[in-house]
Amino acid sequence: MDVILEGLTKAFQLLASLDREVLGIAWLSLKVSGLATLFSLVIGLSVGTLVALSSFPGKKILVSVVNTGMGLPPVVVGLFVSIMLWRNGPLGYLELLYTPTAIIIAQTVIATPIVMGVTIGAMQNLPANLRLQILALGATRAQMVWMLIKEARLPLMAGVMAGFGGVISEVGASIMVGGNVRGYTRVLTTATVMETGRGNFDMAIALSVILLLFCFAVNYILTYIQQRERPR
Amino acid sequence: MNRILRTLPLFVALFLFSAVASVSTGWAAEQKNLILATTTSTQDSGLLDVLIPIFEKQTGYFVKTISVGSGQAMKMGEKGEADVLLVHSPDAEKKFMADGFGVNRKLVMHNDFIVLGPANDPARIRGAMTAADAIKAIARANALWLSRGDNSGTHAKEKGLFKAAGINPEGQKWFQQTGLGMGETLNVAAEKKGYLLADRGTYLALNKKAHLGLNIMVQGEPKLLNIYHVIEVNPAKWPKVNNAGARAFADFMVSKKTQEIISTFGKKEFGSPLFFPDAGKKPESLGL
Repeated sequence: MDVILEGLTKAFQLLASLDREVLGIAWLSLKVSGLATLFSLVIGLSVGTLVALSSFPGKKILVSVVNTGMGLPPVVVGLFVSIMLWRNGPLGYLELLYTPTAIIIAQTVIATPIVMGVTIGAMQNLPANLRLQILALGATRAQMVWMLIKEARLPLMAGVMAGFGGVISEVGASIMVGGNVRGYTRVLTTATVMETGRGNFDMAIALSVILLLFCFAVNYILTYIQQRERPR
Repeated sequence: MNRILRTLPLFVALFLFSAVASVSTGWAAEQKNLILATTTSTQDSGLLDVLIPIFEKQTGYFVKTISVGSGQAMKMGEKGEADVLLVHSPDAEKKFMADGFGVNRKLVMHNDFIVLGPANDPARIRGAMTAADAIKAIARANALWLSRGDNSGTHAKEKGLFKAAGINPEGQKWFQQTGLGMGETLNVAAEKKGYLLADRGTYLALNKKAHLGLNIMVQGEPKLLNIYHVIEVNPAKWPKVNNAGARAFADFMVSKKTQEIISTFGKKEFGSPLFFPDAGKKPESLGL
């Protein structure tokens, strides 16, 4: 138990003293996972809406594939992204392996199916007549889609939160494609693994506490947006 | 709160801008990248945290230290995915050189392996003359042994010791593989009260902080030497490797100044140095 107390003390010390290395690690985590979530939101929301609102042969199979992707293991993504980005791999000329960009790519791949799957589910859950009604009131197609997205925003925000939670807490892909390079690709999760390996348990606990605080802060903001009253 | 929300898009835009800006400065720094594939022990002991910043300052290279087992580090070298290796698996290194994957293999430093065990010593190996005797006793007593099992230098050494003892541990109940790095495996052994082979550097660094409760059972045998070499990945095989950087790093590791730093690293904190500098020595002089 002492070790947890020491860790908590250390966490507040590090935060209070604005330890530069820790702040850098925390900022990188937020940046990388935030960008990955945003990219996955753009891709997931647009493709998900398109799939949900149209009907075509093979739709069930496609939706099943997306839903399977919601549980995509980060290490599997990490492995395939590394192989693609190897110097002598197909995308080696980009020289992206062991960079923050590589982590963003991998995390986007992890989060996109989550956002997309939730989007499809949320859109299909709206009453079918809603579309007709909106169109009957004279809305353009784009206006209709926008209104539907607004109508489904509760589950959509839940999807964004799940996506962000998934990527900021994953360690497998980050360590494989990022390499845990000090001051460059070291994020909160990979730093926690390393400090545990070094026996710096207080530091590892401190990093975990910071990670939890982050998740809470981001989810608090998202929940606030989700739960707020509609502007009148 | 509504007003705060109206400014939210601004914050998001600001965040996006600064995030993209700082990520793309990362791209600009890409020119002088050097990928160093090394063992977990050099990282877990903290030695590289001291040496790398000095090297970067001196030469302007940006070092990406990828710390994996020696086996995986050499695999990365074989595929041209690393520029320079700092490894400790001499037999595998010799094969690596013979196959033409590396050039300019240089002796850097050594420390030694030790056999560790729980204080109650269920296999009664404390003070055993050789590691091989200790392993035989552990096998007889069916006492828990924890193996790295990750093709690292330590794992290679352990395999050699088991072979010398004439014991095949595969599939035995008392033989468990963690598949983890040195630091993590030490933690596992401490928790499960098992025996294991570890390098002295990582053990000293970790024991100071984590109070493992493991005792040194066997040490000082010439066979237990743990020798680190630096190897440049062969640029003739892989034209994309940064050989100028690799050579600069190898030269840095064997330079007089670096060797001095190595000889004093950890002395103050742990009472004895974690590594002993060996640049320019013949491997034979170490008893190999």
